[in-house]
Amino acid sequence: MKKVFQKPQSLTDKPMHYCPGCTHGIVHRLVAEVMDELDIREDTIGIAPVGCAVFAYDYFNCDMQEAAHGRAPAVATGVKRVHPDKVVFTYQGDGDLTSIGAAEIVHAANRGEKITTIFINNAIYGMTGGQMAPTSLLGQVTTTSPYGRKAETEGYPIRMSEMLAALEGAAYIERVSVHDIKHIRQAKKAVKKAFECQITGKGFAMIEVLSTCPTNWGMSPKESLEWVAANMIPYYPLGVKKEVE
Amino acid sequence: MARVTFDEDRCKGCELCVSVCPKHVVHMTKDRINKKGYHPATVDEMDKCIGCAFCAMMCPDVVIEVEK
Repeated sequence: MKKVFQKPQSLTDKPMHYCPGCTHGIVHRLVAEVMDELDIREDTIGIAPVGCAVFAYDYFNCDMQEAAHGRAPAVATGVKRVHPDKVVFTYQGDGDLTSIGAAEIVHAANRGEKITTIFINNAIYGMTGGQMAPTSLLGQVTTTSPYGRKAETEGYPIRMSEMLAALEGAAYIERVSVHDIKHIRQAKKAVKKAFECQITGKGFAMIEVLSTCPTNWGMSPKESLEWVAANMIPYYPLGVKKEVE
Repeated sequence: MARVTFDEDRCKGCELCVSVCPKHVVHMTKDRINKKGYHPATVDEMDKCIGCAFCAMMCPDVVIEVEK
């Protein structure tokens, strides 16, 4: 018998601190599997965000740097320009990327920085206790929108992938989901493509992953995955938003 | 013939592996808890396992190894 599935080398042995059923772990593994497959672990520098994934530097078995809240694309820009031969990626949540770091990601994409961004969109602030995020859906109940998000007072959920796809500097933008096996496979392909996009020097690549937060959504892990399929995908359509040949 | 092994002390009992198993052989143990205090996932009828690795792909905590 040969092993058909095992922990990728690009993940450390440290158990992850995420809540039970949180899809952060799945996305970590996909990124690590891609690093293994492209054989770039020794040449990769990851930038960790602030948010639930703040300890990503303990889990990825490559060089990692922690950035100030939302500033991962700015740090990645510096790292990539000093080490143009290295593979640089940022791993950011929706609070980090769409809220406090909205300016950094827009300008990094607009400058066409040759970095890869993995963007976890779970429509809520996880680490701080379930407050409304810019990506929270209309009507979604969070601790800071207890009667449901209203467009008149809180505005509309931001579709970040579509927004960045409009920028000239962006080379590859795709939105994926990890709510079932089929979509996990597709997500991995997209992550791989995003790293290849950087390696071949095409420019900025971002993969938005629709993710879950069972704890703050107040659902079981399985119900959370179903909620992604039923509520998030209709508002955040999956697919390639921009691809430069 | 396939075999799945669970690194039980990493398991957080989220049951996502149970939900994706096409043969319904993955289940949560009822008689023991792991170091974290969860009932870990396990397989009793290993001969029914087809080694599809769906459970391992779905597991957020890299608990599962699959041999085929």
